[in-house]
Amino acid sequence: MSAREANLRDAKVGDVLAPVEKPAITTQQLVQYAGASGDFNRIHYDEPFAKEGGFPSVIAHGMLSMAFFGSLVADWAGGPHRIVRLSARFRAVTFPGDRITVGGEVTARDDAAGTASVKLWAKKPDGTVTLEGAATVRLSPLA
Amino acid sequence: MSSDAEPRFAPYIGRQSEPLVVDVERGHIRRFAEAVGDTNPVYVDEAAARAAGHPRIPAPPTFAAALRANDPRGGIDIDWRKLLHGEQQYDFAQPIYAGDRLTLVGRIADAAVKQTKAGVMDVMVIETVATNDAGARVFTSRSTVLVRR
Repeated sequence: MSAREANLRDAKVGDVLAPVEKPAITTQQLVQYAGASGDFNRIHYDEPFAKEGGFPSVIAHGMLSMAFFGSLVADWAGGPHRIVRLSARFRAVTFPGDRITVGGEVTARDDAAGTASVKLWAKKPDGTVTLEGAATVRLSPLA
Repeated sequence: MSSDAEPRFAPYIGRQSEPLVVDVERGHIRRFAEAVGDTNPVYVDEAAARAAGHPRIPAPPTFAAALRANDPRGGIDIDWRKLLHGEQQYDFAQPIYAGDRLTLVGRIADAAVKQTKAGVMDVMVIETVATNDAGARVFTSRSTVLVRR
């Protein structure tokens, strides 16, 4: 049994999803994400456009940080196929140069449903919470 | 005459986009994983995916965001600089795999007005459902967007 399978088999309330610090977000990454996701809102790569909108610079896609949640949970749970629900609330704007750390904690375990619930957070180094989230993962391997 | 309490997008509730058929391509999954900095080999390497128990290359969880339905907001005047993504939820009935052919339909599911520290916001909830070619639901996406007045 792999460590990840054990993560789930033995999952209990209070278990921690070890925080992961992501490399600083870059404008290049925002352009990459725009292309890969199809979200071409200019506010993510067109500086004058973002400034007209009242921001000091372009802003990161909230969904990029939500993808960090996806990576964290999929890595912890042993694969993306274990995730039955993933949600996020976008709390603060992220800019190029920001280093985002994501982490989480098991909040519930439902053996009848065969799932565990985790809460998730994303923070800047100064402690600003940029996203709050939650996930529901399947405890047993997919048939 | 519209008042502050009137949800600007309420008249559009129920509006649905034309179904869009998309093929989930492995190159697209790879580019998405690269963009979000996910180095898990299952997203790029067929052998690694199989070794991890997948029939084919799986998509990262929020790859669902890259499968874009036709926009049910077509024709609605929205200032994109005033639009904020408030919340996002995905419910997966089954995983997304390279090679899947999915049909996407987007729908304006709800509208509201919200008083925030930043002022009055118009709220719109967009729900997108993806079904596979067997007619089974693969995922539902629920996006809550806010537009500053």
